[in-house]
Amino acid sequence: MMAEAIFLTLKLALLTTVLLLLLGTPLAWWLARSRAFWKEIVGAVVALPLVLPPTVLGFYLLLLLGPQSPVGRFAAAIFGHTLPFTFAGLVVASVIYSMPFVVQPVRNAFEAIGERPLEAAATLRASPLDAFFTVALPLARPGLVTGAVLGFAHTVGEFGVVLMIGGNIPGETKVLSVAIYDYVETLQWDKAHILAGGMVAFAFIVILVTTVTDRRLRHRLT
Amino acid sequence: MNAIDARFKGRLGSFELDVAFSAPERGVTALFGPSGCGKTTVLRCIAGLERMAGGSLVVNGRVWQSASTFVASHKRPIGYVFQEANLFPHLSVRANMLYGRRRSGGGPGGAVDLDEAADLLGIAHLLDRSPARLSGGERQRVAIGRALMSKPEILLMDEPLSALDRLTKNDILPYLERLHDELAMPIVYVSHDIAEVERLADQLVLLEAGRVRASGSVGAVLADPALPLSRQPEASAIVSARVEAFDPEFGLSTVMVSGAEFLVPGQVGDIGAVCRMRIAASDVALARSRSLAGSSILNAPITRIVAAEPAGPYQMVVYLRIGPSGRGAPLLARISLRSWRTLGLAVGDTVHALIKGVALAGPA
Repeated sequence: MMAEAIFLTLKLALLTTVLLLLLGTPLAWWLARSRAFWKEIVGAVVALPLVLPPTVLGFYLLLLLGPQSPVGRFAAAIFGHTLPFTFAGLVVASVIYSMPFVVQPVRNAFEAIGERPLEAAATLRASPLDAFFTVALPLARPGLVTGAVLGFAHTVGEFGVVLMIGGNIPGETKVLSVAIYDYVETLQWDKAHILAGGMVAFAFIVILVTTVTDRRLRHRLT
Repeated sequence: MNAIDARFKGRLGSFELDVAFSAPERGVTALFGPSGCGKTTVLRCIAGLERMAGGSLVVNGRVWQSASTFVASHKRPIGYVFQEANLFPHLSVRANMLYGRRRSGGGPGGAVDLDEAADLLGIAHLLDRSPARLSGGERQRVAIGRALMSKPEILLMDEPLSALDRLTKNDILPYLERLHDELAMPIVYVSHDIAEVERLADQLVLLEAGRVRASGSVGAVLADPALPLSRQPEASAIVSARVEAFDPEFGLSTVMVSGAEFLVPGQVGDIGAVCRMRIAASDVALARSRSLAGSSILNAPITRIVAAEPAGPYQMVVYLRIGPSGRGAPLLARISLRSWRTLGLAVGDTVHALIKGVALAGPA
């Protein structure tokens, strides 16, 4: 059961990270480059999970994805079932919840590149899309790495949102953080120790690796 | 036929930019003026990096911009050299050089290949390095190479030397002179350094607060009495000279300028070659008669005074044309007001221009 929770957590975090990069990178690019006056409104909405209590976010997601809401019914039509209390629902919630952790560093990285390399690419016949893939993305790599690691780690560690929208279904929505809570509730402290200690080690390694990789990548570029 | 016909009109900061000029099929057209006069903006408009609503641009017979057309930057066959080299830091020098080539279509079409470009610019030994490991001058040479490799029809250079120190500048100038000689394409060169213009430019477009103050051949504009350029302390005339002979005993070359013979130090070029000479106004004195006995001056061609203007309270700039008829190449002389009065000089007089120094300013 412990292994099941670990496996489920990793599966959720990996899938979420991939989706975060696929959705967050273009969003960060748009936020970094657009001159639309309302872009900061979008930016603020994306950043909301940074300040909202996870239970608030989870509560609204529960309502939004539930069978009473049009969004929920639309999602149900696509997935074949309503999303709350399913793994798919957890993925959707995680992507929304962790989005700012990816968008922020990637946007900063894109902004740090500035106009000039892209102008150089344009004068060398690279279309905007070509320049995005061959100049902007490689130059923003440190930001992408940071964003991916933060998004992954943050998803591994989420609790409030999971509880609100996923509940506690073994093999489906019972992730690590919920499992730890369960063990403590049922006074299985030894098992709680193993998972909690493992999380501490994991968090430490993530931070260390991110910092080192970041420095190394930065160093290579200057 | 002009290779470039440009007109840009629009708001630029605190003033209105309204610039029209054209450039011939070959040679360097310099956009010259003080900082903030709009010269870089004009270059960026030619590249399509900036768009002025009221603009029209025709290059080699194709419309790049008009009221109804605007060709995107990446679809314009240009080579652009930025003020700071602007190399891609994540790519090697070689990959930087090939970036534009890969995107400008196969076919040999008169393009420079990697080895040729590397050779021309002296960067063959740098190809596998990262741009971070290059000096400022090397970086700028790679940037020029990268622009050339993209098969441009025109080469646009935005103050490519301004970020470099004096010594590095002098290292790169010969490469630019080679480009000038070997490239059969128009080069538009933005600069605020008159010394670069004197060495490189064939045509000069003088910009002032968003307008064209004057344009024409570099020799004519630099020696135009109506312009303040000729009254600067470092003002010079640029003339083109044909090499006639070389005397190894004294190390002097004989060159012809508008039918007048000049002796210049060094073997300036092969016999028959045409080169460009720079004669500073402060190196030219005037004499009523050619009485050079007791003088070390080698060159004292006969000239006619075509204009004279005060430069400050006590000096005069005298505008001369080589030859008794006053139809030869222009020269400038900066003399004291006292000499002007004492000699009783006047516009229309024939005088000898005693030339103390002639500098070879690169090939014509």
